Amino acid sequence: MPEQLVFAMEVILNGLMAGVLYALVALGFVLIYKASGIFNYAQGVMALFAAMTLVGIMNGQVPFAHLINATFGTHIHYFGWNVPALLAIILTMVVMVLLAWAVQRFVMRHLVGQEPIILFMATIGLAYFLEGVADLMWGSEIKTLDVGLPQGINLWIDETTFNIFGYGFFIDNLDIVATVIAALLVAALVAFSQYTKQGRAMRAVADDHQAALSVGISLNFIWIMVWSVAGFVALVAGIMWGTKSGVQFSLSLIALKALPVLMLGGFTSIPGAIVGGLIIGVGEKLFEFAIGPLVGGATENWFAYVLALIFLVFRPQGLFGEKIIERV
Amino acid sequence: MFYREAGDFKTSYIDDSQTFPIKFDRYRYYVVLAVAFGIIPFLINDYLANALLLPFLIYAIAAIGLNILVGYCGQVSLGTGGFMAVGAYACYKLMTAFPDVSMFIHVLLAGGITAIVGVLFGLPSLRIKGFYLAVATLAAQFFLVWLFNRVPWFYNYSASGQINAPERDVFGIIITGPNAPAWATYLFCLIFLSLCALIARNLTRGTTGRTWMAIRDMDIAAEIIGVNPLKAKLTAFAVSSFFVGIAGALFFAVYLGAVEVGEVFGIQKSFLVLFMIIIGGLGSIFGSFAGAAFLVLLPVVLKVVGADWLGWPTDIVAHLQLVIVGGLIILFLILEPHGLAQLWRVAKEKLRLWPFPH
Repeated sequence: MPEQLVFAMEVILNGLMAGVLYALVALGFVLIYKASGIFNYAQGVMALFAAMTLVGIMNGQVPFAHLINATFGTHIHYFGWNVPALLAIILTMVVMVLLAWAVQRFVMRHLVGQEPIILFMATIGLAYFLEGVADLMWGSEIKTLDVGLPQGINLWIDETTFNIFGYGFFIDNLDIVATVIAALLVAALVAFSQYTKQGRAMRAVADDHQAALSVGISLNFIWIMVWSVAGFVALVAGIMWGTKSGVQFSLSLIALKALPVLMLGGFTSIPGAIVGGLIIGVGEKLFEFAIGPLVGGATENWFAYVLALIFLVFRPQGLFGEKIIERV
Repeated sequence: MFYREAGDFKTSYIDDSQTFPIKFDRYRYYVVLAVAFGIIPFLINDYLANALLLPFLIYAIAAIGLNILVGYCGQVSLGTGGFMAVGAYACYKLMTAFPDVSMFIHVLLAGGITAIVGVLFGLPSLRIKGFYLAVATLAAQFFLVWLFNRVPWFYNYSASGQINAPERDVFGIIITGPNAPAWATYLFCLIFLSLCALIARNLTRGTTGRTWMAIRDMDIAAEIIGVNPLKAKLTAFAVSSFFVGIAGALFFAVYLGAVEVGEVFGIQKSFLVLFMIIIGGLGSIFGSFAGAAFLVLLPVVLKVVGADWLGWPTDIVAHLQLVIVGGLIILFLILEPHGLAQLWRVAKEKLRLWPFPH
């Protein structure tokens, strides 16, 4: 088999893995959009916030330590204990639920009935706010996150492919774990929305707010739940990306990576988010591999957007989105 | 009290349709112009110009541009940083290619080039709308910044990848480069701001502005009553990008002098200008000024209060600033979606009746 083709295959495989991670972030967007019509720009920052909180709790950091020290002249930084990963994840989830409640109580409740674009801008404000709070709480230095996920090259794949093609593929263990977890997560979400009472209520709200209200579904509760689920997805995405590349500001930029995924897959479709993520992941890795060296590299920053843009011109609702019908 | 319309009679259509129909408004406008052109240039120093006045003037131009697109035509754009970069690089290429031509012409041409690029990236707005469009404009943002970073022709093959403004003058007065006097750079930007504000104010009052607003309020209905959406949307993109391009050119050539594109014209800049018009007031020229002034002042005030008075480390102040800006955006959207401009209108209403409100 020609060498270029083998390389390309490795690139495609890695692209698929990256695509799964994009899809994971995109999923959080889709959930909130479907249930409340809000395009939540803060999803990426929520992932950052969740990851930072997790690291902070695991290391026993004192929240707002820098602020307290600067105000009162003290020198406290750590409680002096370490929390096991599983407990820390549960505690972080509690924080994310509290955050969901606060967002609903103090922001979204007051903006019901506003135009979607106003809600979108409010979530941009929320993103800034959360980012500042996260930095104040836990400090802005780069942290490492290790919850015990396997990392490093997968030797089995390396050996097997070496025996077949004469060239060992480099596939990170973490990416494989991420793929499995993403698959489980999607299955769980689909099961939740299809078979549980709350899940059905959520779909009812997504379908028609007023009709849902009139049959006795509490909108407040559903929205808090949706934001909590989105917080959970953000936590999972935060753990994956945080383990991969450290917990730092750039983590919040994965939201920007998820946007073209959404445009491609459609804002309202969970399978769309997955397929869109895979297409974007493979597309940008292949483009960088084939065309990147010719135009100076680093095309990953914009390729996904341009692809989504061109695609949208031909199909404005995305691959799986509901057909947009407009009336005067 | 001070603010009266009663007794301000008009006897001709020209009187009635002037830019500021109320006498008090008109006199205030003249006074502001007189202070800005006649008094501040004599009081200005380098700190005042660089920390407050120049950023305010330049951001006000960008905010007016974005307000035309978002506030008047309803097309949300997150590509402002990229379009400012187009203005800056166009200005740089023109400055280095034609050293003898006046800076006025360079800046205007840079605006024109940005307008063309803006129309190109505005084309998808005919098919997609809402936040699909907002996300699509991000494509412009990332692609343009990448382009200026990676294609050496744009930065004249300089080793650092930066662009540096060479020394250029207008009528013998140095405007760009490290030796430019503060009053000259201030006046140069002020002239552009005044022109832009005047054009924007009159465009938005006339046919063009009304078609924009029709598209904003309901595009299908506008189309049915005979507004051409192609023309309306693309003119909005063109005019908006023209202003944003001028702002980018001034930001690079007059204010900063040296630019590294990813840092200066990144996505943060797009959000900053968007925040200015949200806080200032969507669909208001005065709001663009108010929002720009507010967000230019805020970091300076926070720095003075937080770092100098309370002695906090600068990184905490920077984080606090994020919290405050984010919180303010949400607060304004909840309490006063029309921003500072609406607060000002309410204040005027109250002043008109004061001291007998009933």
